[in-house]
Amino acid sequence: MTARKIDPHAIDGKFPAPTTRYAVVVIGAGEAGCAAAVAAAQGGASVLLVDENPVSGSAIGNDVPWFFGARATTAVGNSGRMIETVFTNMPWLEAAIEAGVELQLGVCAWGVYRNGPLVGSLPGQVVGLADAERSWLVGFDRLVLATGARDLALPFPGWNQPGVMGAAALRMLVERYEAFAGRRLVILGSHDLGLETALLAHAKGLEVVAVLEVRGAPQGDPALLDQVKAAGIAIQCGVHPVEVQGGIDGVERLVLSDGSTLTCDSVVLAIGLVPMIELHDALNGARTFDPMRGGHIPQPDGAISAVGLCAGLPDTGFDHAAYRFDWLGALGGACGGDTIVCQCEEMTLADLTGVQPPRYLDRPPALQQRSLKTLLADGPANQDQIKRLTRTGMGQCQGRRCRDAVAMILAVESGTELSALPLATHRAPVRPLPLRIIADWEESEEMRTGWDVWMGIPTQWVPYADIGTPYEEENRRVLGGAMAL
Amino acid sequence: MSAQRIVVVGAGASGLSAAWWLARAGASVTVLDKGLVGWEASGRNGGGCSHYQSPLFKEEQRLWPQMDELLGYPTEFSPERIVMAVTPRQLEQYHYIAQMNNRLGHRVDLLDASQVREAVPLAGDNCLGGIHYRFGGHANPHRTVQAYAWALQDLGGRIVQHSPVTGFQTAGGKVTAVESTSGTYECDAVAIAAGPQTGALAVQLGIDLPLAAARAEMIVTEPAPMMKLGGVDGNGLYGRQTLRGNLAYGGGPHEWVEFGELGPATKPSTPLTRNLARRLAELLPGAAHLNVIRSWAGVIEMTPDGRPVIDRRENVTLCTMSGVGFGLSPASGHAISDLVLNGRCSFTDIDKLGLSRFDGIEADWREQRGWLAL
Ligand SMILES: Cc1cc2nc3c(=O)[nH]c(=O)nc-3n(C[C@H](O)[C@H](O)[C@H](O)COP(=O)(O)OP(=O)(O)OC[C@H]3O[C@@H](n4cnc5c(N)ncnc54)[C@H](O)[C@@H]3O)c2cc1C
Repeated sequence: MTARKIDPHAIDGKFPAPTTRYAVVVIGAGEAGCAAAVAAAQGGASVLLVDENPVSGSAIGNDVPWFFGARATTAVGNSGRMIETVFTNMPWLEAAIEAGVELQLGVCAWGVYRNGPLVGSLPGQVVGLADAERSWLVGFDRLVLATGARDLALPFPGWNQPGVMGAAALRMLVERYEAFAGRRLVILGSHDLGLETALLAHAKGLEVVAVLEVRGAPQGDPALLDQVKAAGIAIQCGVHPVEVQGGIDGVERLVLSDGSTLTCDSVVLAIGLVPMIELHDALNGARTFDPMRGGHIPQPDGAISAVGLCAGLPDTGFDHAAYRFDWLGALGGACGGDTIVCQCEEMTLADLTGVQPPRYLDRPPALQQRSLKTLLADGPANQDQIKRLTRTGMGQCQGRRCRDAVAMILAVESGTELSALPLATHRAPVRPLPLRIIADWEESEEMRTGWDVWMGIPTQWVPYADIGTPYEEENRRVLGGAMAL
Repeated sequence: MSAQRIVVVGAGASGLSAAWWLARAGASVTVLDKGLVGWEASGRNGGGCSHYQSPLFKEEQRLWPQMDELLGYPTEFSPERIVMAVTPRQLEQYHYIAQMNNRLGHRVDLLDASQVREAVPLAGDNCLGGIHYRFGGHANPHRTVQAYAWALQDLGGRIVQHSPVTGFQTAGGKVTAVESTSGTYECDAVAIAAGPQTGALAVQLGIDLPLAAARAEMIVTEPAPMMKLGGVDGNGLYGRQTLRGNLAYGGGPHEWVEFGELGPATKPSTPLTRNLARRLAELLPGAAHLNVIRSWAGVIEMTPDGRPVIDRRENVTLCTMSGVGFGLSPASGHAISDLVLNGRCSFTDIDKLGLSRFDGIEADWREQRGWLAL
């Protein structure tokens, strides 16, 4: 049999096998991830457990991965100290170390890759990791996603001010980083998440001005509710914020729908958590939508599984989706057309529903006639399409702050069930990483010599006027056959 | 006489532009696509529009500066490009390209390293010089495909999305109707501009159009300070600074792929992201600290000689662009519209884009080129 001919500019053979590999890689060293790592190690497997915490100060500034709302102290800038603090506050990790798990803190996973439809060039399954200095690939047999859940943020006037933040971000800053800069909090949401957040803040000596509930009565577990009451924390029901007022340090007051005003420095959105499935989705893993478990959740397949909140919130019989829409309705009612929806790209609610481009472009008359309504006449709502046109969700945070709200708004505006709306795609890198860090500075010789700007087909770039003339031959000779630049 | 009924298969840049030109000429146009407008290569490309090699070049250059006005919607077209070298070999190649273009009457200026650094503030000490195309440029693919679609609708044209074409009805060698999942569309003529699927659809009409497909990838960074000129290539990369400031770049090895009739459901990217990032950090050291925020992949349609096909058989006009179809789309659409309505291109000689050049091609042409999927 003759050897298969290989196009020298195709990817074939250019990805080297990763130099390190583990039987099991666990992403996320919370209690669920740690337990999975320990169990695997006790079964004799080689196990790597990574956790992105402490994340860098600049990631925190961009609300990656949680909605930090600029309420971290400057302590987060000292990464050496932060690693120690975070490690100390994750006591369960001792068990992992004892079990022989290799633990890496301050290391994020930004991509998972394997061969499948449209990709056959990878040397097995790999996960892309990075720390503050560099990135690298690690091979695995089994991958456990224990990435937790991120904050659901919903826009309302002033939500883009420093001090409006998410409950998961608050928990991180208070519990693991010991670096929360706020003192007086208003918490939105009285379901378990809101009540737990209030209790945490209270226990850490922060002042909880009030827990606000959009529905007529508190929503959480009665036992939690008793604890909140015992702590003397006020829960105000049937009310929601209509505006954040503030100064240069952000939040100063919250104006409520009943006309009253609360003085506070932080507003904590505890309306919901969203399973952090970016890695799974970027790999195009199968998923389902479960309103009782926080939204889109991964379905395990042979090599890749999810544990903890990443696998879905615990089903307590509470319809998270319905609850979120109640909040969206109330907060949305407070919004004007000029309320910012996408903070990165500074796109407003009117821009979104008008399907208008950002302000760096003119909006000619024909464009102004276009809107979500006219677009919906062409076919079902698609968040990625609207993102391409408005840039909503296309910025630095890649929609971490706005994607869920935008999906809900599109569902409402188009009369589509949220579950039927195509999920806006996640793509690697699922964490923003500087070029110099994500770069492969040790790429294979094959990659370097086989690199071509575009396809490497000698005939493609020869001017048609030169075809069949001596210039054609000269072109190939000088350019080396193609645009092998 | 009532307007000719034309069905266009494929709502990519080529099909939409063709449909828009046809509607401008008074035809009654229906565009069918298996998915959304511009969802395939036309919405995933580098946005480059500087195809000096092509017989469509002059028309491409004539039209781009007018497209926003003609369409009535923004394309984000920005003129001219710089190609900058960071190795002596690159500089040698770019100088050759400059000289070749100047010979052909397309103005390209040579720049020394300091001139490049002045025009491209993100360039670094490693820059050895470059060339400045006084033509071409780049546009925003997302906006451009939607601009074509909306402009077509404004002229009364119809776009039916989520409507894969499944077959054709013929009589006397001519197509009389196009069948799709959303129904059957009677027509006087059809234009097939279905990207990598064009070959499979042509076969249904007994037309051989040898075509392969490859996956290619790009990355994009967070915004950088705006440069005077956003079209900056080099170091094995093509790309652009968007009008928002992001750096969107691609290049490097492609992967030959295979998929079913409706194309691949997903377009995964690979760790090539890291190799692209490295080259971009080398090309623009001033941007090395910028975050990469996303990567993506698209499928490139490719004929055996890497050149497009625009040709007509009976009342069927075929178009597939071999990976240079975005930039050429204002002109390819014009050519397609001419072929559909008059049987010949009115503004240039497109003989070299004809199908007959592949007559008698070996059955194993892909094997011979190493173009088989892994
Ligand atoms: C990463 C990347 C970078 C690129 N960079 C550039 C660049 O800088 N400049 C440039 O000029 N070109 C570039 N290209 C190439 C360019 O994108 C393509 O050549 C061009 O978009 C082709 O347009 P098209 O309309 O012919 O095909 P497509 O965009 O593929 O459109 C074909 C359409 O037909 C539809 N279709 C297919 N089958 C059926 C069916 N059975 N029924 C109904 N509809 C069907 C598809 O859904 C699709 O929408 C790049 C491509 C890629 C992938």
